[in-house]
Order: sequence, then C-alpha cells, then structure tokens
Amino acid sequence: MSTSGSVVSGVPHLDVDPFAMDFFADPYPTHEVLREAGPVVYLDKWNAYGVARYAEVHAVLNDPATFCSSRGVGLSDFKKETPWRPPSLILEADPPAHTRTRAVLSKVLSPTAMKQVRDRFAAAAEERVDVLLEKRSFDAIADLAEAYPLSIFPDALGLKPEGREHLIPYASVVFNAFGPPNRLRQEAIERSAPHQAYVAEQCQRENLAPGGFGACIHAQVDEGAITPTEAPLLVRSLLSAGLDTTVNGIGAAVYCLARFPEQWQRLREDLSLARGAFEEAVRFECPVQTFFRTTTREVELSGARIGEGEKVLMFLAAANRDPRRWDDPDSYDITRRTSGHVGFGSGIHMCVGQLVARLEGEVMLTALARRIAKIEITSEPKRRFNNTLRGLDSLPVAITPA
Amino acid sequence: MPTISFVHPDGKSDRVETSDGESAMQVATRHGFDGILAECGGNAMCATCHVYVDENWIARLPAMAEDEDALLDGTAAARLPNSRLSCQIRITPDLDGLVLKLPERQV
Ligand code: HEM
Ligand code: FES
Repeated sequence: MSTSGSVVSGVPHLDVDPFAMDFFADPYPTHEVLREAGPVVYLDKWNAYGVARYAEVHAVLNDPATFCSSRGVGLSDFKKETPWRPPSLILEADPPAHTRTRAVLSKVLSPTAMKQVRDRFAAAAEERVDVLLEKRSFDAIADLAEAYPLSIFPDALGLKPEGREHLIPYASVVFNAFGPPNRLRQEAIERSAPHQAYVAEQCQRENLAPGGFGACIHAQVDEGAITPTEAPLLVRSLLSAGLDTTVNGIGAAVYCLARFPEQWQRLREDLSLARGAFEEAVRFECPVQTFFRTTTREVELSGARIGEGEKVLMFLAAANRDPRRWDDPDSYDITRRTSGHVGFGSGIHMCVGQLVARLEGEVMLTALARRIAKIEITSEPKRRFNNTLRGLDSLPVAITPA
Repeated sequence: MPTISFVHPDGKSDRVETSDGESAMQVATRHGFDGILAECGGNAMCATCHVYVDENWIARLPAMAEDEDALLDGTAAARLPNSRLSCQIRITPDLDGLVLKLPERQV
C-alpha cells in the first residue's frame, strides 16, 4: 500500500484495495491512510471516490439529492449495468419513492412494535444462556451470535420453519454483491440461485405467519400504502438486512467484551450499561463497513470537485474511529456517548431496523452479564470475509458461571 | 444566543447556552446530560430523546410532524400531552428561556 502522490483536481489518488483479503484481515492502518490522505480520495483500483473522515461521511449520507442511492449502493452503477437482482425498493431508492416505502417499514419496526416483541426476545436470550452454561466451552459465533438471532428473528418475521438455512447464505450474497467484481462477489452471485428462490418464495403473503413483521408489511397493501407487487420486495429487505447484520453485531459485542475484561466487569456491575455496550461495539467494530453513493450532478465536497455519475465509497468504520470526531477512538468504552456514530448510517436511509438490532443486543448482553462471571478466548478467532460485512467465522471461548 | 433549561428527573435543573441552529437534543448531549440518549443521532427514528415541555411553552413550539407523533407512541416513559422529541425542537431566538423536563427513562 502506498500513496502515489499524483494529484488530480486536488484529490489524492491511492492504490489501496479496500476489498482485498489482506485489507479485511487488518483494515485499521489503511483506514488511517485513507483518512489522513485528505477529506476526499480517489481509489484507482476501482475508479471510485472515497471518504473516510467523519465529517465527509456524515455530509454524503445527509445529502441524498446529490449522493443518490437509486443507482445502487454498491460499486455497480445501475444506470450502466443490470443489477444482479431486482433493486431494493428502500435501500436502492431515492425520494419520493423511498419516502413511501420507508414509512411502511418504519411503522412495522417502530418503538411501539418493539414493546410487543421485547419479552419474547428477552426470554429467548435467557434460554440461550441456559444452553451456553451447560456447554461451558463453545463457539461464540455459531452457538451465540448466530444461534440467538436465528431463534427469534425468523419467527418474528413469520417465516416457515423449513429452509431457514438459506437465510445467512442469502444475506452473505447480498452484502458481497455491494463490492467490486472481485472473487468474493462473483462466487457469491454464481451460487445464489437456490437462496434467491427460497427468499422469493418466503416473501409471498401466504407464506408469512399472521402477526409477524412480514404479515404487517403485507397488511399495508390493504391500507393502500403499497401495492401487492411491492410488499414481497419490502419483506425481502428484512430477510436481506435483518439477520446477518445482527449476527455480526452481537458477535462484535461478545468479541469486544471477551477482549476487554475490564469493560465486561463494568457491565456486570451495572447491567443498565448493556445497551450502551452493544451500541459501542457497533461503533467500534462496525459490522456494516461501507456503502456507496452515486453523484447526480457535479459537486464540490470539502474542496474536491467530483463529476456527475461518479461512485463515492463511504468508509463508515473509518468515520467511527476518526480522531477529529471521537476521543480515544480506538478504545472500546461501554460508557462512551456514542450518539452520532454512523454504524447504522445517518439521514434518510439510516437503518430502519436499528431498534430491532439494539433490542437483540441489549437483552442478549444483559442475560450474559447477569449469569456469567468470565468469558475467555481459548484459541485464535477466525475471520469471515465479506465485501461489506465485518465479523468472525469462529470465536472459541470458555465461560465461568457467576 | 438563547439559553434553555433542562429539569432532571431528581428535580435539579440546569440552565445552559445554546449555539446557532442546534436542536434541544444536541444542546443536552453537548452538555453531557444523561437524561437524553439520542440513539439515532437526531434522525427522528429512536424516540430516546423524549422530553416533557413546560406547560407555559408547549403552545409556543412549532407543531410536530407525523413521524414524531408516531414515534412518541413508543416512548419508554409515559407519553403525556406535553411530550416531544428534543431532536425535533430547533432552538430559535424566540425559544429563549424554554424549559424541558427529562423523563425517568429513555429505553
Ligand atoms: C447491528 C445490526 C445492523 C447494522 C450495523 C445495520 C446497518 C445499516 C446501515 C449502515 C444502513 C444504511 C444503508 C445506507 O445508508 O445506504 C442500514 C439500512 C437498512 N437496514 Fe440495517 N443494520 C443492522 C440491522 C438491521 C436489522 C435488524 C434490520 C431489519 C429488521 C435492518 C434493515 C435495514 C434496512 C431495510 C435498511 C435500508 C433503509 C433505507 O434505505 O431507508 N438492519 N442498516
Ligand atoms: S434522537 Fe432519535 S428520535 Fe430524537
């Protein structure tokens, strides 16, 4: 990795590849290079602009008229290339179309809706701890970070029991597909057909149990808010973005708490810190690392001139550790004031499922901290590689009961 | 610049300076008041910046939008007629002296 030093229109050109395996293994030194090179950089490898400082990431997220989503939030420009699947009606849409679909999902996943699922989510977290206490040694990814969301989220959506094994592989395809045409993306799409077929089927009204999030979306058709053809695609958004993200979020939190025992101790002494401990893990590890936007016009951003139709890559993870914005950014501190972090994005596309994620994180960490005295990592964790998601493939741990 | 007051759940109150264009939520978080969480960072998506507006001030605030109204139905502390989301209250010179009460809990 080096900075070539060549400067066009004041924007430094870098030859780093933020979608390469060695980058994923340790992105932090490169994040710093990206942040320090300038407010806007150009990534020669993929012909895209990049922003890695908090101020510019926040600015791009909050100017959707200039930095649009309808041309795709991956590297692929939907104006020039055919999307690998029918575009999302919310993530890959701009106002006014986005405003209408967003209102539907906001209602289905509102604070009021969370009150209804809270007790169920909390009870399942306790049951998960029962299982873990029996095992004592386990893989904190498979047995905890995956097992817990899998025990509640598909039911909350109203999915049938059969075929759920497609859910995580489908999400993995979706998040790899935002990346450039590298091997991760190509192979994911090549193997996606069975997962896509499963998901398309489950999004139909007759396959979703009454009372679940999926059925609530379809009920909005009767209210006239969306059409019968839109409803399945909005259910698809929850299948794509609602499970693997929280797996990586909970995985991140457990990984942090296992690595920083003094933070674990603080949490044990005050369980009301559980929600903050989860939120800080989302800032610190940033399970969703990046998203792209496409410029709708020529624009000047912090002195850099960017033409129309250019892709701009937002490094959410780098912004979340920008020393211009955060004190001691590389430390995991469960009492930090995290408000304003961009791990869930910001502006009109800010994660519509953030309340679901926080609820899962809070109740799971509360249950763990109440009943477990110590979590120790017993052997080298393995990383899972994805173009957009950051998380582990395995995290072997041993626990001591409280 | 206008100053506004926050009354904490224990009854103590703080009168603080605001800066240009800030929301009441930003004023509270900048001063480190625990009574405001603001998990969504002011995007009107989380309802953890709930406040009770002093009775003398409620009629003087601009009306709330539909999304704020819907979110207020999900606040952790009871919704009252004077409930608002502080991230949706932009401080303007005519709000000098505004008094906001912080609820017992935000989640
Ligand atoms: C820790 C867990 C999660 C993280 C880190 C996360 C992260 C994000 C981010 C960064 C965005 C912004 C995308 C953009 O600006 O282009 C987003 C949007 C979105 N998320 Fe999440 N998410 C999480 C959990 C969830 C859950 C549980 C759901 C569903 C129940 C969900 C559904 C969505 C949807 C549908 C969007 C698109 C919103 C829009 O475009 O208006 N996410 N998420
Ligand atoms: S800060 Fe989230 S609704 Fe006000």
